[in-house]
Amino acid sequence: MPLTDQRRHAIEVRDLTVAYHEKPVLWDIDLDVPAGVLMAIVGPNGAGKTTLIKAILGLIRTAAGEVSILGHKYKRQRNRVAYVPQRGSVDWDFPTSVLDVVTMGRYGRIGWVRRPSRTDKDLAVKALEKVGMDQFRKRQISELSGGQQQRVFLARALVQDADVYFMDEPFQGVDAVTERAIVEILRDLRRHNKTVVVVHHDLQTVEEYFDYVMLLNIRKIASGPVAEVFNSENLRITYGGRVAFLKPTASADITQSQKPG
Amino acid sequence: MDLLQQLITDYTLRNVALGSAVLGMVAGTLGSFALLRQQSLLGDAVSHAALPGVVIAYMLTGSKAPLVLILGAALAGWVATGLVMLTVANTRIKYDSALGIVLSVFFGFGLVLLTFLQKTPDANQAGLDTFLFGQAAALVHRDVITMSIVGGISIVLIIVFWKEFKMLSFDSDFGKSLGFNMRFADILLTALIVIAIVIGLQTVGVVLMSAMIIAPAAAARQWTNRLSGMIALSALFGAVAGVAGATISSVQSNLPTGPVVVLGAGVIVTVSILFAPARGVVWTWIRQWRNGKRLRMEAVMVDLFTLAAHHHRADYPHDEAVINMMTNITGRSLKTLEALEDRGLATRLGPSQWALTDAGVARVRSILETSGA
Repeated sequence: MPLTDQRRHAIEVRDLTVAYHEKPVLWDIDLDVPAGVLMAIVGPNGAGKTTLIKAILGLIRTAAGEVSILGHKYKRQRNRVAYVPQRGSVDWDFPTSVLDVVTMGRYGRIGWVRRPSRTDKDLAVKALEKVGMDQFRKRQISELSGGQQQRVFLARALVQDADVYFMDEPFQGVDAVTERAIVEILRDLRRHNKTVVVVHHDLQTVEEYFDYVMLLNIRKIASGPVAEVFNSENLRITYGGRVAFLKPTASADITQSQKPG
Repeated sequence: MDLLQQLITDYTLRNVALGSAVLGMVAGTLGSFALLRQQSLLGDAVSHAALPGVVIAYMLTGSKAPLVLILGAALAGWVATGLVMLTVANTRIKYDSALGIVLSVFFGFGLVLLTFLQKTPDANQAGLDTFLFGQAAALVHRDVITMSIVGGISIVLIIVFWKEFKMLSFDSDFGKSLGFNMRFADILLTALIVIAIVIGLQTVGVVLMSAMIIAPAAAARQWTNRLSGMIALSALFGAVAGVAGATISSVQSNLPTGPVVVLGAGVIVTVSILFAPARGVVWTWIRQWRNGKRLRMEAVMVDLFTLAAHHHRADYPHDEAVINMMTNITGRSLKTLEALEDRGLATRLGPSQWALTDAGVARVRSILETSGA
């Protein structure tokens, strides 16, 4: 089975269009993501990055389009997909513990009504160990820092044991240590041939962290290997020629050309 | 003691107290979810909107059986909720505005129907107006049984769908991404909240019922960080407020039940907001005051240390006035110096001469080390 997965694209999006009050927020998106890549979605505010992820996951109504994951319709593949929403999308003052939140990642396998078992809790603890948060398992979630909250969300996705991961701004407002830890986890996922799609806002780290990129601004501007499509021309189209965004990439181009090999 | 005996033996009081306890428990349980989902105002809309439902149910059936009226109220509340959601989804009107419009229009319609009915010669309609402010004294055994069964079913459903409702309240999108039908969970939970509201209408009335949804839950949140704990406490608080209010109002016959029950809940909320450990306002003040005091003491000690350092003697005494000039936290440091003396960290060497003790010097060194200065 892994062999056929590799030949197929991990994610295939066809003609995806999302409109809000008749105004298109995503226009006719076609996207193929090969298995085993770390892909960044970049684009300016309001480009539809979050909307794209939510539309792929069926969380919002789409006007048109189809999504398949590892060769089958998304609905059949749900338990092979994990989702890390934006940290700010939930109320962190909710009365619950770290372990409880991570255990939610198992709910999909547990199904309706049945309770999480010992095994589910053990898996959640293991996921917490992976993100370096196991000593926080009994903490009330409001006592966590931003970086710790993000790690908890990441652990919840890891416990889903999926093949394709969608993460919405996992680096948003986290400390440097957490950022490094998350990058390590992403690379570990890639080593296990998992596919990870990350909404990302820091253009300067795209080349360092990711090997695949999609440039988005309502329409898809480009997608492909970072080395091929992450250039100043595409960035200019995506960001509408705002110079501030071009500077770091220009310097990135130079540093890359200076790298041996 | 006499009251306690009455609670057990007096038929009316027993019904009233039991009914109010059930209402408080169910409202507390479901209210916790409403509060956590930031839907507290929904209770207000549903309860006000229930009034026309009660009146229409009576007009259609000619019956004042509690189940009939509850069904009418629930249906109206449900329609109102649906209207609010439809409005928000299809227009640019915001949630709170939609809620406000639906609430007042339904309530106004209910008042029109009620007034109209009161002008008709139909004598049987008398008593429907108790739904406005509630009348626990009118609760009979049959009502309590109905409330208990409906409320009991709601609580059982909460336990059955515990995991789903928790996920719905915390991160509904995530639940949807796992393949759960969160829309169904949402509709079910909202229906249960509507039920919790309508079974309390007869006792507390449409005007004040929303308080029973919000108050016990808000109070319970202060005391615990666990969902199960919060809901159990909220149910308890609701029950206590119900029994207390019902008992007080039936002993003192000229006090209205609904408002007294709500006042009881209000007292619980106030005490919880002020005194709950960790979240309570009073404890927060005390913590801040202690922190402030500690900081002031440390600042004065560091000042003393710095001054003494000029004399190459850590215990060189200085005048209070000098320290006053140095400290930039408050103008007067005498109190702080005295507090330091109490703790053996500073010592008074003259009428206003102060110096650090050995313990004080050691403390300053450790403060300076940990602060990296």
